[in-house]
Amino acid sequence: MDWSSSLQGLAGGVLIGLSATWLMVTIGRIAGVSGIIGTLVTARPKGDSAWRLAFLLGLICGPVVVMLLGRGLGNVAGAGVDVTGEVIGEPAGGVALMLVAGLLVGVGTGIGSGCTSGHGVCGLARLSPRSMVATLTFLVAAIVTVFVVRHLIGGGA
Amino acid sequence: MRFLMAYIAGLLFGLGLAVSGMTDPARVLGFLDLFGAWDPTLIFVLGGAVVTNFFGYRLAMRRPNPLFAGAFQVPTRRDLDGRLIGGAALFGIGWGLSGYCPGPAFASVVGLTTPLAAMLIAMIVGWFLARALPPARLT
Repeated sequence: MDWSSSLQGLAGGVLIGLSATWLMVTIGRIAGVSGIIGTLVTARPKGDSAWRLAFLLGLICGPVVVMLLGRGLGNVAGAGVDVTGEVIGEPAGGVALMLVAGLLVGVGTGIGSGCTSGHGVCGLARLSPRSMVATLTFLVAAIVTVFVVRHLIGGGA
Repeated sequence: MRFLMAYIAGLLFGLGLAVSGMTDPARVLGFLDLFGAWDPTLIFVLGGAVVTNFFGYRLAMRRPNPLFAGAFQVPTRRDLDGRLIGGAALFGIGWGLSGYCPGPAFASVVGLTTPLAAMLIAMIVGWFLARALPPARLT
């Protein structure tokens, strides 16, 4: 087992947890990415959009800071596509696959009221029964999907 | 002030995703592939985030209200319905196909590739479609 990757995962996870706590203690909001950005782009609510844009800008700047801090802080499994080659990984498929996946992620998080951050990081921490069921559901659906793609269709590749 | 606070939250979130390797779909798919060369990294990320936030929320909620807003805005629904479970299932399929959930997908725009751009555009279209669906019937 790759312990250095696990440790980086743990450190990054703590940062994500601190982010969610920070957003709650400062402005009283759930750090759910699909909710924050989805509402920003689809509804642009008056008086309730600026903080959403700020969160998105910060989210994009985070990996840039990791690149600027120097080598060794990223954790891509293979070769990255960013300038340092170690922070942003390459997509797992081509445009057609990503269009289908993106549509499913958008519609799914839209009608399901959240994604890995809103239901996972925030909902589980609140012990929300809805988020527990949602998290279990999307984890199982994703695991089954990967099994079908890699082991049934892909022949174990 | 709310703008700055939300920026800091986004920055911490993006830092966490980058340090943990969640900006690499290969790491995410490696975790989801239980029957292949399993990569446990994601469980450390989710575990670290949930445990940290579990205690963080408890500390935060001791206050009567947030530092820079009138009230905590926390979901109150506790019922399970078809939209929640069906939506989560559709999301899971998209996540399993791509290795991207919304956070890492947007955090990765500095390493923008054509497939990632396609994913982001389709995700936004999906959000519009979800809004256009009729609301759940009240039973």
